[in-house]
Amino acid sequence: MTNGDPAKGSPAPHANLAVPFLDIDKIIGDRDTKIIICCGSGGVGKTTTSAAIALRAAEAGRKVVVLTIDPARRLAQSLGVGELDNTPRPVPKIDTAAGGSLDAMMLDMKGTFDDVVVAHSTPEKAEAILQNQFYLALSSEFSGTQEYMAMEKLGQLHSEAEAHGTWDLIVVDTPPARSALDFLDAPEHLSSLLDGRFLRLLLPPTRGPFRLMGAGFSMVSAVITKILGAQIINDVKTFVRAFEALFGGFRQRATTTFQLLSSRHSTFLVVATPQHDALREAAFFVDRLGEENMPISGMVINRVHTSTVAISPERALSIAEDLVDGSAALEIEALQRHANLMRLIETETRQLQRFAAARPSVAQTRVQALPTDVTDLSSLRRVGALLADKD
Amino acid sequence: MTPRHTWHIVSGKGGTGKTTISGALACALATSGRRVLVCEVEGRQGISELFDVPTLTGADERRISRTPAGGMVYGLAINPEDALNEYLDSFYHLSLAGKALDRFGAIDFATSIAPGLRDVLLTGKVYEAVRRKIKNRPNAYDAVVLDAPPTGRIAQFLNVHAAVAGLAKVGPIRSQADSIMRLLRSATTVVHIVTLLEDMPVTETEEAVAALRPTQIRIGSVIENMVTPTPLDRGQLQAAAAGSVVLKVPGLTIKQNQALASEFAIGAARTLQEQQRHDRLTALGLPLVQIAFDHGGVDEGAIFAIAEQLTDQMSLEAP
Repeated sequence: MTNGDPAKGSPAPHANLAVPFLDIDKIIGDRDTKIIICCGSGGVGKTTTSAAIALRAAEAGRKVVVLTIDPARRLAQSLGVGELDNTPRPVPKIDTAAGGSLDAMMLDMKGTFDDVVVAHSTPEKAEAILQNQFYLALSSEFSGTQEYMAMEKLGQLHSEAEAHGTWDLIVVDTPPARSALDFLDAPEHLSSLLDGRFLRLLLPPTRGPFRLMGAGFSMVSAVITKILGAQIINDVKTFVRAFEALFGGFRQRATTTFQLLSSRHSTFLVVATPQHDALREAAFFVDRLGEENMPISGMVINRVHTSTVAISPERALSIAEDLVDGSAALEIEALQRHANLMRLIETETRQLQRFAAARPSVAQTRVQALPTDVTDLSSLRRVGALLADKD
Repeated sequence: MTPRHTWHIVSGKGGTGKTTISGALACALATSGRRVLVCEVEGRQGISELFDVPTLTGADERRISRTPAGGMVYGLAINPEDALNEYLDSFYHLSLAGKALDRFGAIDFATSIAPGLRDVLLTGKVYEAVRRKIKNRPNAYDAVVLDAPPTGRIAQFLNVHAAVAGLAKVGPIRSQADSIMRLLRSATTVVHIVTLLEDMPVTETEEAVAALRPTQIRIGSVIENMVTPTPLDRGQLQAAAAGSVVLKVPGLTIKQNQALASEFAIGAARTLQEQQRHDRLTALGLPLVQIAFDHGGVDEGAIFAIAEQLTDQMSLEAP
C-alpha cells in the first residue's frame, strides 16, 4: 500500500492477499459438520462470532445449540440466556422458514461439575464430595476448570444431540484462555491432577510402588503441610477417597471429547483481530491445532477497518493543511479522521500480510469493524452476513 | 523527589491494552536517574514482546528500556513455580525441597489447585521487589508496575487475605499474606483500570471498581485507552453522525465529498458513543485519563508517547 498509487483508496478486505477464503456457508451447509469450536485470545470477539455463526446456521435450516462462556450482558439477553442456569433455551424471534432452530446456553462451571459428580457416584459419596472444602475450591477457582467444564458440557450436548436428535450442530465459544495452550491442555491437566501421583501419595501408601516411596513422601508431605496447613491436606485426602471411583471416568471422558474434537465432524475456527498481539496468539493456536492434528477450517479476522474513499492519507492531510480552520472545521476533521483511518488500514494490512506470508495455507474470512456494538439479533445477522461474504 | 505511589497495579479487560499501558506507565515513572520495574504474572511474555527484547525468564530482572528522560525500566516475568521455590528457599532454606516437590508434581498441585496460594506467591514476589533494599539507595526500585490479571479476576487476585484465610490460620504464609495486604492497602499502592470506551469493557470496569472497594485497596485512575480526540462539539458530531453535513472539500469531486461525509458520519457516531461511555465512567467519581488511539501501531516511540500522556494527566509525583 505504501508504494501504491497515492490517489488509491483502501483495498477491499480480501484484496492483495493471496490467502484462501474461509467459506462459512460451506461449513454450516455441510451436514457432516456437527461441532464448530471458536477459539482465540481474549477481547477478539469470539462470543459474537460464535453467536453470529449459530444464528446464520439456524436460519439456513440447521438445528443449532450455541454454548457461550461469558457473553456481554445485552447480547446474552437478546439470545435469551440472561440467566446462568446451564440449560439450553430457544432463542426467540429467529427466522425458522428453512426449518432450523436455535438454542443458546451459558456455561455454569460449578453447576456442570456438580452434575458430573452427582451423575457418577452414589448419593452418599456425591454428598460428601459436594460439601468438601477442597472440592468447592477446585470447582470454582481452579484455573483450568472452566476449560474442562466447557469440554464436559460439549460432550453432554453431543450425546444428547446423538441420542435424541435435538440438535445437528453445536457451536462452542471457548473460555478466554490465558495462553493459547490452556484450552487444549486444561482437560488433560485437570484429569492428570485428579488421578495424578501426588493426590495418590496423599492416600495411605498401602499398595503399589508408592509404599516404597515412604521416606521421600513424608518429607514432601511435611513441607506441603507447613505451607498449606494440615486442614487443606485433610480436605484433599477426604476428597481423594470420595473421588477415587470417579478418576477413571474423568480421564475416559476427557479422552472421548478429545477424540470427538479431532474427528471429521468437528472443526476449529481461530478468531483474531488484525493487531500484532491477537495475531501472535492466533499463530500459536493455529500451530498448536496443527500439531495435535485437530481439524482447523481457518481464521476469522474481526474488526478489520476499510474505507471506500479513494484518497491517500498524505493527500488528505495536505488538503486539510490548506483549509482555513474557522470556516472549514468539519472538512478538516473529516480529512484528518480519514488520514488516521488510512494509516490504521495500512498498519492492519501490514500485520495481516506478515501473518499470511508465514501461514499462507490458512484460510481467512474478514469482518469489517462495525460502527456499533453487536447487541441484538439483527446486528448478529449482519455479522453473519459479513462472515460469509467474500468481500 | 519520589513517586507518589511506589506500587502501581494495572488491570483491565482482555484486549484493552493493559500491557501497553503498564509498560508506558513504567516509562512515565522512570524519570531521570530512576529505576522502575514492570512485572507480568500471566506467562504471556507480553512485556518482552512490547519492548521487543528477548523473552524474560526465571528470576531475570533485565533492563528493557532507557527512557528519553534518562530513567531505566526493568522487566520481570513471574511464574508461580519459581516464586514458590524462592519462597521455600528464603523462608525455610529448602531449595532442595523445591526440587523434590517438583518431582512429585507437588508444585504443580500446590500452585494450580490450592486456592489463592498461587496469587499469594505471585503478589508476594512483587511485594519483595517493591520493598527490596540495596546499598546506597532507599529502595532497589523507585517504583514497581504490575501488569495484573484482567478485571474479571483482579479483586480476587489482590485479596490475598481472603485467599489464604481458608488454608492457613497461622504460620509463615499467613503472616506473609498479612504483610502483602498491609502494603496493598497503604497509601503508596494504587490500582488503575484500563478500558476502551466500549460497552463491555466499561461494564467490566464498573464491576471491578465495585469489587475492589471492599478490599480497601486504593483505586487510582480509570485509563480510557484508544480514544479518538476531537475538536468538534456534541452538536457538530450529532449533525455529522446524522449524515446531514455536506462537505465541500476543494479539489474533490461531489462523489468523493459524499463518500468522505458518510465515512465521517460513521466515525462521528462512534465518537458520540465513546462520549456517552465516558459520561458513564464519570459517575464512578475516579480520575479519568484519556490515551489517544495511535493509528500507526505500538512501537517504542508509541510507548513513550503514551507515557507522556500519562505523565500529563496523572499525578505521578509526590506533592
